[in-house]
This record gives sequence, C-alpha cells and structure tokens, in this order.
Amino acid sequence: MTDVLVQLSNVSKAFAGVKALQDVSLTIRKGEIHCLVGENGSGKSTLIKIIAGVVAPDEGQIVINGKLFPVLHPIDAIHEGIQIIYQDFSLFPNLTVAENIALSSQLAQGRRFVDWGEVRQIARQALDRIHVKLDLDAPVEQVSVANKQLIAISRALVHNARLIVMDEPTTALTRREVRSLFAVIKKLQQDGVATLFVSHKLNEVLEIADRMLILRNGRTVIDADAREFDQARLAYYMTGRQIDESGYEYRRPPNGQTPLLRVEHLALPGSFVDVSFELYPGEIVGLAGLLGSGRTELGLALYGIHPARSGTIAFEGKRVRIDSVQDAVKLGIGYVPEDRLTEGLFLPQSITRNIVVRTIDHLVGALGLTKPRDLVQHAQFWINALNIKTRSPELPVQTLSGGNQQRVVLAKWLASSPKMLILNGPTVGVDIGSKSEIHAIMKRLASQGMALLVISDDMPELLHTCNRILLMKRGRLVEQLSSQSTSEDELTRKVTED
Amino acid sequence: MLKQKLAKTEVLVALAIVGLAIIFSVINPVFLSVRNLFDLLRSSIVMGMFALGVLVVIVSGGIDVSFTAIAVFAMYVTVKLLKAIDFQGTLLVGFVIAALIGLALGLINALFIARFKLSTLIVTLGTQSLFRGFLLFVVGSQLIRDIPDSMTSFAKLNLITIQTADGTLASLPAAVLLLAAAALVTWLVLQYTLLGRGIYALGGSREAAERAGFPIRRIQLFIYSFVGVLSGIAGLTYGSLNRQANPFDIVGSELDVIAAVVLGGAQITGGRGSVVGTLLGVFLVVIMNNSLILAGIPSVWQKVVIGVIIIIGTGIPAFQQRRAERRARIALAE
Repeated sequence: MTDVLVQLSNVSKAFAGVKALQDVSLTIRKGEIHCLVGENGSGKSTLIKIIAGVVAPDEGQIVINGKLFPVLHPIDAIHEGIQIIYQDFSLFPNLTVAENIALSSQLAQGRRFVDWGEVRQIARQALDRIHVKLDLDAPVEQVSVANKQLIAISRALVHNARLIVMDEPTTALTRREVRSLFAVIKKLQQDGVATLFVSHKLNEVLEIADRMLILRNGRTVIDADAREFDQARLAYYMTGRQIDESGYEYRRPPNGQTPLLRVEHLALPGSFVDVSFELYPGEIVGLAGLLGSGRTELGLALYGIHPARSGTIAFEGKRVRIDSVQDAVKLGIGYVPEDRLTEGLFLPQSITRNIVVRTIDHLVGALGLTKPRDLVQHAQFWINALNIKTRSPELPVQTLSGGNQQRVVLAKWLASSPKMLILNGPTVGVDIGSKSEIHAIMKRLASQGMALLVISDDMPELLHTCNRILLMKRGRLVEQLSSQSTSEDELTRKVTED
Repeated sequence: MLKQKLAKTEVLVALAIVGLAIIFSVINPVFLSVRNLFDLLRSSIVMGMFALGVLVVIVSGGIDVSFTAIAVFAMYVTVKLLKAIDFQGTLLVGFVIAALIGLALGLINALFIARFKLSTLIVTLGTQSLFRGFLLFVVGSQLIRDIPDSMTSFAKLNLITIQTADGTLASLPAAVLLLAAAALVTWLVLQYTLLGRGIYALGGSREAAERAGFPIRRIQLFIYSFVGVLSGIAGLTYGSLNRQANPFDIVGSELDVIAAVVLGGAQITGGRGSVVGTLLGVFLVVIMNNSLILAGIPSVWQKVVIGVIIIIGTGIPAFQQRRAERRARIALAE
C-alpha cells in the first residue's frame, strides 16, 4: 500500500467526557481529493486536529507515509508534508503578500539574511501556480478575504506539501475563484499532492471530491467513492433526515396594502444607481448579483452604514431619511451581517450578553441596574426558540459552531422585534442542518409579518427562501423574478451572464 | 500600497519639519544658522539612539520604559569604574563596558518577557524602578563632576568645525557618528535579517509567527538585549556630552522618546515602523524643544506644545487610515 499517505485507524477522542470521535477510520491516498462532510459537532475539526498533530487521539492508530506515530507532534506532521490551512489563514496583516508567502520558507532553510530577490521569486511562482495575480508589495491587511485565502494556499504550496488540509476553503470565494481553486487542486492532484477539505457546500463537494467521508455525531456514517452520491443523499447522510427543499409562498392580501418599504430612484454614486422597488410585510425578497453589482451596497445603504446620496425612501408610507445606523434602527430595520465574527458578535462575551446587547435598555430595573437572572431568562427564551445548541448561556459565544453563532446574531436582532430584517449571506459557513433550520426561522418570521431582504450568493438559498428575487447588475436593478417561475440554472445564468 | 502610506507618514513628518523650520526661522532668523543646525543634530544624538531601541521594541508589539534607567545605570557605573581604576585609555573601553552593562540589564527584561511571558509594559515598569533604585541606593547617588578625561576628550571631538559669519566656531560633535552607526545597524537588521522580519511578524500576529516557526523567545531575547546595549551606549554618550555623571538624570524622558517614535510612523500596536521615520520623529521633537527656547517660550510650555503635536501628528494618520478602511470596506463588502 505504498500509495497511502495518511491512515487513521479506529480513532477515538473524548473531551471532558463528551465523545467527539468514535472509532473513525480514514485513508487518504497520494493525490486523492478527499472531502470531510458533516454537521456541527460531527467531529470534523477534531479529526483535522488529530491529522495535524495538534490533538492526540485516545484510541486508534496514526500511520503517515508508512510510518507509525504513537505520538504525533505538529512538527512531525509538517515534516511528513501535511499542511493545514486554518480558517483564519494565519497571515501577517502588516507584511507584504510576497513576505507572507515566502518568508517561512526562508526560515525553514535556516537562513540568517533575507534574500529579497528569492522571496519575490518564490512568491511569484507560487501565485503563478494557482493562476493568481496579486501585487506582491501590497500589505496583506488591504487584501480581500478571498485573496488572503489564496495567499494562505500559496504558502502551503511553497512548503512542498503532500497533503493540504483546508477547513471550509470556499466560504469567501466567488464562483470564478472557486473554479480556479478547484483547477489548482486538480493540478496538485496530478503532481501527487492530496487534498483533504471540509466543506458545507454540497454542490462543490460533489464537483471536486474523489472520495467522501461523512461524519455524524463523531461516528462514520459512510466512507465511499464520491460518484455514489448526489446532493439529496449527501444531505440525508449528514443530517439523518430529509432536508426540506420547498420554496416560500407569499400571498399579498387582496386589498392593496402599503408596502413596508418603498424605494425610488435610490442612488449611491460608485455603487448603485436608479434603484426602485417595494417590500411588503411578510415577504422574503432576495437580492442577487455578482461582485460589484451593488447588491451589498444597497443593503448597507438601507441600513444606514453607507447611506444613499439621492432618491427617496418611504417606510410604512412615510418619507424617511436613512443617514445613519441609528436612523435605520429607530425605524425598526435590522441587519444581520455577513461576517458574523467581526461584525455581528462579541466573541469573548457570553451568549446571554450577545443576545441581550440590543435590548438591554428594556431589561434594566429601577436604578438602571440589570438582574443577571432576567438576562439569562431572556437569553434562554431565544436559545430555545432558535434551537441554539449550547451547554450553557454563559459560555462565550466563540465556543459555538458557525451555525449556532449565526443563530445568536439572529436572536440579538429578533429580541428587538424589527419590522424589517436585512440579511447578508445568512448561512455562509453554516452547515446544512443549521442552514435549513435558519431558513425555517426566516420563513416563520415572514409569515408572522416581518419583511426580509436577503442578500446572497447562494442560488438555491434564494430560490428556497424568497418569494421574489431582485437581480442587480453593475449597480442597476435589472430584473425582478418570481422564485416560483425560475429555476436554479436559469437564475445562475441570468446572474452570471454579462 | 502600505509602502506608499508609510512613505506618506514619513513624508508628512518631513514636511512638518520643513514647515516648522520656516516658521521658526521667521520668528528668529538664528534658527537657520549653522550653529543652530549643529545644535539640533547634537541634541538628537542621545534621543535618536534611545528611539532606535524603542522602535525595535514597538515594532515587535511590545513596549519598554526601562531603557532610560538602563542608560543612566550604565553611564554611572561605567564612570565610577573608569575613575576607580583611573583608566587613561580610549573611551572605546568605556563604551564596551557601558554596552555590556546595558546588555546585562536588557537580558533581565528579556528573562521576564521571553521566558516567563509577562506583559512588556509591566515588566519594564518594574525594572525601571528596580534599576534606578539599585543605582541610587547601592551604587551611589553623588553627582560626579570630574568625569574621566577620555569622556571629556570624546565630547570635545568634533566631526566638522566651521567658522561662522561672526567669527566664532560652530562644531558638530563626532558622537553623531554613533547615531549614524546605530541607525545603519538597526536598519540592516530590520530590513535584511530574518530576525528583523521576525520582529515585524511578531508585531503583526504572534500566533501566526509561532505557527510559521519563528523562534519567538530568541527574537525577544534579541530585542531587549538590543535596547539594552543601545541604551548603555547612549547613556555614556549623554554623560560625556553633558560633562557630568548625574545619576538622577535621563529617567523621565521615556515618554518623549516613545512619542517621537510614534510620530515617526511606528504603530503602538506593533508591526509597523521604520528607521527613517523614527529619526524624523526624533528630529521633529528636538526642533520643537530647541526652537521654543529660541522663540523665547518658557520651558513649561514645551510639554504642552509637544502634547499638541503628538495628538495632531498621530491623529491625522489615524484619521486617514480610518477613511481608507471605510473605502476598502465598501469595496470588499461584496
């Protein structure tokens, strides 16, 4: 079995009595593209950490390149050619692109002095390998999230990895960039480099994987050739239940109702121009479009982060100005941001605090003091309502998985009963089980009278949750589609064609 | 683009210097005289050497307030030692002694910071008191007026001597070469050695630096030793130029030095800063101090003026950065 790179046999791991992994086996061959699929709590991250040598299994064997490792240290894994790309990329924001890619290789060579020529050369070659053009001298903090990931991948390649482990690599990538990434992974495959990646995006997983390992609750559900799966089967194995793929129906009440939001000729030069549409209570309207189409800017403008310069906004029939976030909030508009980690949550703070942070004014007593018990009760209500999985509401929110964190962000907003909620990429980085639950929550909110505006890259998400989809291209609203009368292929075509 | 921006900070500081020069020379034309220029350079020597050490610490994401205590300790002990053995030779020996003392004291800082992983501010606040206290109570607290001849002759050693219009001589002390050498070494280390890049990496993200394999402890050991050595040498230079060894001196000027470094573009949070910027920042502070005297403004106002400059000087780049970030955020929001 000389072509086996990594062999984990019957690996188990428990944390504080909770079994994260039980009797899981994984075989990764040279040049194989292996996908790790599973819900939150399925044991995916633990498995990756074991491969990286960061966590030691309680039971089981680790064999890498034919060598048995009774104890695997991170440095051993690196020496065996295992490179992990962490979700935070581990880059230096103050250093240039070239340095981020090539500096550690100079370190590994044991050099004392920096050969800047070589640094640039290595960086350029690494980027060329993945067909990416970046300004080598740009400081990484000014680079987009998508490019940061490509830089992290380039750096892994520079270290002559034999197995690259990627944790949710496509979360922040556009369709085109995902295609380039897959092209790179395929090329690496030809060079004999294997890839293990964790992804929630079932359609992508099916596109790229040779083999798939599906975990549920720490156990292997199935480990098979990727060709045996389709999306429905995959979703079923992951969650153990059928995922509801039905859409959302909205019926406008027969006697002409005033729209909750009416926007006319709204413009923000440089972002969007001449945008007009209406939003009725109970609707879920989607905003679709490519990068640069203005869809995110429109959402940000309606929430007051980057207010529009001209045009009119009418809320509940009255002309209003939304020039700041406070204006939007006062009207009853909420915003669930795309980047929940930096824009939606206070990570080291408890779940309770994150949930009550917007409504704390209503929870204070006579002297302006809060009773911790009241806060916890309030938070517990939302934990139950939104099915947030946690052992205690006092745990810091950073201990939660992506899907549960997103529910905390939702709870924070729902606690103040907004009339309209703008959601930007609501299920980015969220596993499929949580995703369908969040969609169910959205539909429930709409049926109770809230109006939702959903900005998303995810065509199926738009089709399954929205009754109407607004299509933006190059700053203009070009088409309004009914989600019932369009298919995923047609929608994708319309969004991506020029 | 950051190079553009950093260059922008340095350019801004340089412009500020030019602007001030114009203003002050209008107020008092003596400002533009060769003598005054030499005076300004002379005043920059000690502060400049301190600032270079502080720059390295700040880039790494740390802070050191003990360097002034290290300097005066090294200076005083060296003077006492040289006098005790009645050393008549070159001052080079003195500098070596001062450097070694600085190194030893810096290593104490490094021990607590690198080995025990304590906060840099807390450690150096503690060692500042420790070193100064030890100096004053164990080594001695007497002002020494008759410093060794080698120090005096070093102070009198001039690089350039020019006869000015009114017949007097204006001279630039050779000690300025010490600053030049220190600047060159610092620049080479920061720019061309892996250790130097490691300092920037550490300041950028400690976790990423560890994961990338940078030897964090070794880097920190170097940083605090480096500051120690520079401070020792700077302290002895100070004593020479001032023609006395006063153990109560030097300590108290830490914040001015740190302010100069920050004015020059180094970010207090770490990861950013340059030698050129630091030197410019020092020069700016020195010009302010010197010129206020020339303009006849009482010294108590100097602190106020410096404070205002620091607020404006760090406020403008911060404001610019915030604006650039906001623009970038719109672009990246998709």
